[in-house]
Amino acid sequence: MALTETPMQAERARTIYEKSKPGRRAAVLPDAEVPETPLAELIPSGLLRAEPPRLPEIAEPEIVRHYNKLSRRNFDLDSGFYPLGSCTMKHNPRLNERVAALPGHARLHPAQDPKRAQGALELMWLLQESLSEICGLPHVSLQPSAGSHGELAGLLLTRAYHADRGEERTKVLAPDTSHGTNPASVTMAGFEVVKVATNERGGVEMDDLRAKIGEDPGQVACLMLTNPNTLGLFDENIAEIAALIHEAGGTLYYDGANLNAVMGQSRPGDMGFDIVHVNLHKSFSQPHGGGGPGAGPIAVSERIEPYLPRPQVVRLENNGHGPAYGLDHERPKSIGRLRGFQGNFGVFVRSYAYILSLGGDGLAEASETAVLNANYLKARLAAGRAGERLPIAFDRHCMHEFVLSGKPMKKELGLATLDLAKRLLDFGFHPPTVYFPLLVEEALMIEPTETETKESLDGFAEAIEAILAEAEGDPEIARQAPYTTPVRRLDEVKATRRPVVRQPL
Amino acid sequence: MLAAIGAGSVDELFAQIPEPLRLGRPLALPDGMSEAEVFERLAALAARNEDAERQACFVGAGMYDHYVPAIVDAITQRSEFLTPYTPYQPEISQGGLQAMFEFQTAMSELTGLPVSNAGLYEGPSSVASAAYLAMAATKRGRFVVSRGLHPHSRETLETYSVGYGAEVVEVGLDGGETDAAALAAAVDGETAAVFLQSPNFLGAIERVEELGAAAKEQGALLVVACDPMTLGVLKPPGEQGADIALGEGQPLGNRLDFGGPSFGFFCATEEQIRRMPGRIAGETDDADGRRGFVLALQTREQHIRREKATHNICTAQALNALGAMVHLAWLGREGFRELGELLVRRTAYARERVGAVEGVELLHDAPVAREFAVRLDAPVDRVLDRCAERGMAAGYPLGREYPEFEDGLLVAITERRTRAQIDALAEALGAAIQAENGEKVADSATKTPTEVA
Repeated sequence: MALTETPMQAERARTIYEKSKPGRRAAVLPDAEVPETPLAELIPSGLLRAEPPRLPEIAEPEIVRHYNKLSRRNFDLDSGFYPLGSCTMKHNPRLNERVAALPGHARLHPAQDPKRAQGALELMWLLQESLSEICGLPHVSLQPSAGSHGELAGLLLTRAYHADRGEERTKVLAPDTSHGTNPASVTMAGFEVVKVATNERGGVEMDDLRAKIGEDPGQVACLMLTNPNTLGLFDENIAEIAALIHEAGGTLYYDGANLNAVMGQSRPGDMGFDIVHVNLHKSFSQPHGGGGPGAGPIAVSERIEPYLPRPQVVRLENNGHGPAYGLDHERPKSIGRLRGFQGNFGVFVRSYAYILSLGGDGLAEASETAVLNANYLKARLAAGRAGERLPIAFDRHCMHEFVLSGKPMKKELGLATLDLAKRLLDFGFHPPTVYFPLLVEEALMIEPTETETKESLDGFAEAIEAILAEAEGDPEIARQAPYTTPVRRLDEVKATRRPVVRQPL
Repeated sequence: MLAAIGAGSVDELFAQIPEPLRLGRPLALPDGMSEAEVFERLAALAARNEDAERQACFVGAGMYDHYVPAIVDAITQRSEFLTPYTPYQPEISQGGLQAMFEFQTAMSELTGLPVSNAGLYEGPSSVASAAYLAMAATKRGRFVVSRGLHPHSRETLETYSVGYGAEVVEVGLDGGETDAAALAAAVDGETAAVFLQSPNFLGAIERVEELGAAAKEQGALLVVACDPMTLGVLKPPGEQGADIALGEGQPLGNRLDFGGPSFGFFCATEEQIRRMPGRIAGETDDADGRRGFVLALQTREQHIRREKATHNICTAQALNALGAMVHLAWLGREGFRELGELLVRRTAYARERVGAVEGVELLHDAPVAREFAVRLDAPVDRVLDRCAERGMAAGYPLGREYPEFEDGLLVAITERRTRAQIDALAEALGAAIQAENGEKVADSATKTPTEVA
């Protein structure tokens, strides 16, 4: 393939520090209005800094240009299809940004006396109630900042629950298909991970589960599960799994990353789960922001409630004046705080706006459409070249996502999943999640979400078909891809072996 | 679409969910609403909050009512920054990755430490994350924390330490500053890290270098929480022996948002780079030798290392860190220093002005940068209620977290708090204290403050 450098490629990356010129600036600050006392008279000079930090010196128009240029070097959900499995890249309604920016939300100090923050506390309480209904569990804490934070919370709750019963259990079971955050959270919470195998239908291998529990039931603290699992399949044995874990005395934890499949269809609480985290930045439309912010509220069963983090938003009956809302710090069995103040409130505003917009029926319909879209795309990709080169890992109806294996493609065309992913970039698509879950060789995990049209799903299927056809002729094209992106394939090994993590000044 | 799938109905696709587990009824939530209706509902809730637009906000305690320049919103609201996922495909994420690299450079400059990550959730959980790093680095399990560390940080550290199987030992304050002798006595050969905050929760600038000597002697890491807005004028933790400098990033480019989302920053010495939590952007080359950026050192992270990861964090606060970077670029080198000086001078003025009010005395006279603590000769909550009636959030009641300072009030200054507002605060505090004491004398203390509900 002839390599002509695109204009964006020709423009080499320069950081804002490299555009800095001494004496330039953007900010005009207010006058101090108070005596210009030398600082050394106010603070001992040994505690003062000799030179200000070398921040860039640059005027506002150039700052705007710089970051606008950078923005054009990003691909984003608003620019095109983003079927990143397990990440639920659904449309981010702009209404949510507008309501989050209202001064009553955006400029509300977190330490404001609850009686002067009743609107915020009511909103949090309403969101708690909504998530409680969606999850089928009676109590909610909004405090965790993201899914992994919710997992850690859930494991600490599990620890507190067992400790309160005079038990010290050490093992947390998790399928080999679980998200990496699961085992990492287990370690941080001081437990040991025990892997459970996956069966030929993509669910928990029941014999293995029984064996792992049977080794020492008194040591089973918890089982962490995603349902539908990371293969996009609902585990039909969930009731039996729950019974086995509860019989052994453990808790059942639901990783809510895949909740988008089951909203209004089936509830983790009804499946037997004790603790659920909800990724508001997945199912509830908080924009991902290029890696956050998110929020990871947890919903829990009655027996876990006493241990929920402090403070908890509560509704108080306010004799005759209607309800009032407060922050309950008096929770003697609480695991304590997981972070500062009350959580990522701005995210709560957006997600509550989303829930209000869709309503109960709308949420159920969103899950229906997400599942329909995933199955349609799966069917499209089962036909044509993809059907042979990229077979479905587990052939049954999927939920909101599905996993293909690039193993035949690699064997027959010499094209790795990574090559296919990189070639997709040239076709204007964000690739699916690749090489996860680990048990599928050359995995591609595809989650289209409900906010995509049939046309965009067809376009993606056609791009996959075109890349495979191209590779039959010349696989080298995809192996060297991408060509049209701001930079071409990057040396990630170098960045880890000899890390350069800041601009030298 | 169903025909292509080979299914008769959407319901058939859900048949994999066993019947008893199907909800079988609509969710008990209100029906969906139009955009206009949702807006009105949320605007009505927002109207029931007394925000910093309605009250002159002298409350700090870790989050501050700074002016966030318009350019920050303009850039962070761009779709290209707002709507992508974590940059797993670096070829199409150069904008976000480069912004992270620039942010890391800025935080490294601010703190005087060579390595920064791309941000964590917020301040207090960053403290707990530093503890996890310190355990791995020292193979020890004991943390010594100053009572000047933000109460939320101390409590978060306690929460996490149960999981870590570690012990937390607290060292008290003396005259507003960490008790140096008590600290030296508390640090031993089992101590993984010593945690200080400067300025501390009471606003006092700590003598970090002196206090940190005990950590150095015992081979413990020195972790310093700091307020980034003060680092234009205060000596950076890296120049005072800190192994890790971290903190709440909200003052930089982020709204109050009733507590979040903001971000935590986390900087360390080179030695700790492979134990760092969170994402780190790194520079590299593409196949043609062009400069580019990727997520570096991913081998630390949960998606690769699973149970052996240095941390469990995945989604963090990338957009909030971008806001901070834009704010810092807007302030620039000189502006950032000037803002720091402005805060110090106005705070000195406010401390003198408020401290001179009858019924008010300084809680300590240690040097401060942007926040100071006083004692009130009247019930703090009632004084705050009276100030609220005059459109003022007068400060943070220290008794919430420090029983020993039941009469304490923490007052914070930003560039938005004008001299006129400071004067009005002094006047309001004086009037409130006088009124309270007047009522006390008149024995009419049964009256309760107006409930806003």
